[in-house]
Amino acid sequence: MELFKLTIHELHEKLVSKEISAKELAQSVFSRIDDVEERVKSYITVTRDVALAKADEIDKKIAGGERIGPLAGIPTAIKDVMNTEGIRTTCGSKILDNYIPVYTSTAVKNLLEEGIVMTGKTNMDEFAMGSSTENSGFFVTHNPWDLERVPGGSSGGSASVVAADEAIFSLGSDTGGSIRQPAALCGIVGMKPTYGLVSRFGLIAFASSLDQIGPFTKDVTDCAIVLNHLIGHDINDSTSVKIDKPDYTKALVNDLNGIKIGVPKELMAEGIDSKIKAVIENSLKLLEANGAVVAETSLPNIEHSLSAYYIIAPAEASSNLARFDGVRYGYRVPDAVDLIDMYMRTRAEGFGDEVKRRIMLGTYALSAGYYDAYYGQAQKVRTLIIDDFNRAFTDYDVLVSPTTPTTAFKIGEKVDDPLKMYLSDICTIPVNLAGLPGISVPCGTVDGLPVGLQVIGKTLGEEMMLRVAYSFEQSFGWSEKPKL
Amino acid sequence: MEFESVIGLEIHVELDTESKMFCGCSTRFGEAPNTQTCPVCLGMPGSLPVPNKKAVEYVIRTGLAIFCDISLFSQFHRKNYFYPDMPKNYQISQYDIPLCIDGHVDLEMEDYATTIGVTRIHLEEDTGKLLHIGGAGRIAGADYSQVDFNRAGVPLMEIVSEPDIRTPEEAKAYAQKIRAILVSLGVSDCNMDQGSMRVDANISLRPVGREELGVKAELKNLNSFRSLQRGLAYEIERQTKALQNGEAIVQETRHWDETKNTTSTLRTKEYAHDYRYFPDPDLVPMEFDPEWIEGLRAELPELPDERKERYMSDFGLPAHDANLLVETKATGDFFEAAVALYGGDAKIMSNWILGDLTYYLNSENVEIDAGEVKPAHLVEMVELIDDGTISGKIAKELFSEMFKTGKMPKAIVEEKGMTQISGQDEIAKIVDDVIAQNPDAVQEFHDGKERAFGFLVGQAMRLTKGRGNPQLINRLLKERL
Repeated sequence: MELFKLTIHELHEKLVSKEISAKELAQSVFSRIDDVEERVKSYITVTRDVALAKADEIDKKIAGGERIGPLAGIPTAIKDVMNTEGIRTTCGSKILDNYIPVYTSTAVKNLLEEGIVMTGKTNMDEFAMGSSTENSGFFVTHNPWDLERVPGGSSGGSASVVAADEAIFSLGSDTGGSIRQPAALCGIVGMKPTYGLVSRFGLIAFASSLDQIGPFTKDVTDCAIVLNHLIGHDINDSTSVKIDKPDYTKALVNDLNGIKIGVPKELMAEGIDSKIKAVIENSLKLLEANGAVVAETSLPNIEHSLSAYYIIAPAEASSNLARFDGVRYGYRVPDAVDLIDMYMRTRAEGFGDEVKRRIMLGTYALSAGYYDAYYGQAQKVRTLIIDDFNRAFTDYDVLVSPTTPTTAFKIGEKVDDPLKMYLSDICTIPVNLAGLPGISVPCGTVDGLPVGLQVIGKTLGEEMMLRVAYSFEQSFGWSEKPKL
Repeated sequence: MEFESVIGLEIHVELDTESKMFCGCSTRFGEAPNTQTCPVCLGMPGSLPVPNKKAVEYVIRTGLAIFCDISLFSQFHRKNYFYPDMPKNYQISQYDIPLCIDGHVDLEMEDYATTIGVTRIHLEEDTGKLLHIGGAGRIAGADYSQVDFNRAGVPLMEIVSEPDIRTPEEAKAYAQKIRAILVSLGVSDCNMDQGSMRVDANISLRPVGREELGVKAELKNLNSFRSLQRGLAYEIERQTKALQNGEAIVQETRHWDETKNTTSTLRTKEYAHDYRYFPDPDLVPMEFDPEWIEGLRAELPELPDERKERYMSDFGLPAHDANLLVETKATGDFFEAAVALYGGDAKIMSNWILGDLTYYLNSENVEIDAGEVKPAHLVEMVELIDDGTISGKIAKELFSEMFKTGKMPKAIVEEKGMTQISGQDEIAKIVDDVIAQNPDAVQEFHDGKERAFGFLVGQAMRLTKGRGNPQLINRLLKERL
């Protein structure tokens, strides 16, 4: 049996009933990796030995009659932006090529304690800056649906790894769409929780006020299961929220009667591919057919999202990335003549072009005399965007839109035109600016390539968001897989 | 032309908390390099700061003690610059909304009183320490450098004064007063040797009567109150000369050299950083309940000014004595302990503490609470004077011995045979001898020369090796002459 094709909830039943062992499952996934990884190139690091040892451990528990949680024994890939103690963590950058963390990020630790079997660390745009994974300091990841195309980014490896069945699920991070956009382009479910719901401790920061960890899964049920174990207040993260942990699987109700769904017209406007629009229109009809009340709404200020984002995110990044200086860890130029020379050449050689571009943008935006005009102004715009969402949510339970303006583009197509690349995240960025939860679910194809439907929830409104996504998924009945 | 100096101080104080500002590492001083570190204070990728509430409380208590307004809403900013002692290459500090603003400190100088405004008090994290190997021990020319991050992340409070200080003496008095307040509050040990209190001074000159400020220099490496005073005095002299010669003062940071007694250029304004301050997105803004702040105010301990008032009203001390006794908390504590043991006139204790004890402590560079002489020593000694066992003169000798050895006064008196000779017969015999052996002086006395009497007393004291009771010698000599 091709166990690697199954979902978390299907595999959990088989493990508990001892129909399969965790070791068989892990071996199945690794055989799949052996089979397709050369073509997809999802992983920067594969941790086969660690995984098999962990699978043995889980099998012993099962054999000993111990109760296991729903994630125990499940082969899981982790975006290489999260610290894993003793396991190389590169953030997709040459500057951390040799970096072995001394601690594990809270999100990964939470899952490890639940018994996940970590298969490896996935490729990404360097420091999560990019929308195609072409900015990786190591290699390009390929979209399993069409190997000539990008998987999206920055969590491209975590998306392709699930789409190609090289892991059962994975973790990514989303600063401006880095989970939802690649999930859409790879035809899987990807979710960014409310800012603060998942601890950022141990997540190598890109833009601290926007970054959030979330799962890539094969369906919405798996997404809810993973979320249950990912969240929780963390004393190590001052921005982490304190709430009673809900059971998100209880929100998976296939019923949309009376649910009010708003469609922001600005996210269905010019710039969205007409074929994608058509797929989304069909999805809206399906939602209506299930009892939802769907209406057009407006978020007038979100047209400024991209501008505000490309001030705020680089500004924070310019400061966050200052620590990569060759003094304590990571790459250091071997023949520096003095301190300044060491700083400059270490960073010049260690960082790629996009990272340098954003550090310069951010440094400029924070400089004396420019702060008010750039960073200060961008923060004001951010407040206006939050107000827009708040207003919309007085009338609607969730908002929906396309996740991306186009389907997966060709490798190399936008790499020389940063502005064009930045536009890939036009539908997802406003959600990060407002700190809201968002999920992308597959809703069809255009020319054989997947399209994602984005469902945006209220602050901490994950349950309603999951209910809408789940109901849509149940009635839409997506079952297509890439042919590899 | 007459110039007036305008001085403002920036005082950095390491707070005496158990753990660091943004992580749980210990703040203990003097441990092996890099043993008190974790991913947070080493700036490892992905680590996040969590503020130390105790440190925030300490700053607010300080603000309350020096009459500041406390911000009910405050925020941490990032101050961005590259330096190897700073793990993240930014320092978490405060910028436009510090915890405390607009306070003041009252100073009593020798013959006038003045008030120094405090602009702000803010909280930040300390940096690590660099050790440069080879060269002159400075970064330029070193073979390589080592970094110790034990200090990185220790809570650091910065107290910024208004440019209200006019003389080096005022600067010293202000810094000492701040230290006395902080030690009374228990927020810092303010140990300048270990760098837990560091003072930088901004100084400029302007013609007397002009409002507008002159070009300033910032003085660094002022490692003691003495170097603060001397560094400023040197700088006033240097700037006065320059201005009188028509030279322009350059805005710069200058380094005080303790051994050469001069200041020299460290860096000029062209190297000024653009720190690119922005609110730290890893930390949520702080909001305080006014009731909590009032609670802190109500719990403030007795501060130096209140203590001084009490010494004047309860012990009848003159303002001069009271002022000096409260200069450090330890001195006041010593005084009060001694008074409590003694039960006699507090002024006598004050005289000994501000006189001999301070003299010996200063000459040996020992802190009062670290010295061998404890309140019990002093009180026992004064009681020996009171009951006539020793003379005041012997007490001076005894004090020196006590300071060196830490032995109790009675033991020293016994060991060295320092008891006063008060026996009427014994003294009478000595007085007779003196009269017999000094007929010339006796004659001079009878001729009306008062000086001769003093000489004869001195001779009697010499014969008793200083142990004779002076009153008795006086009386018997007068009777017999």
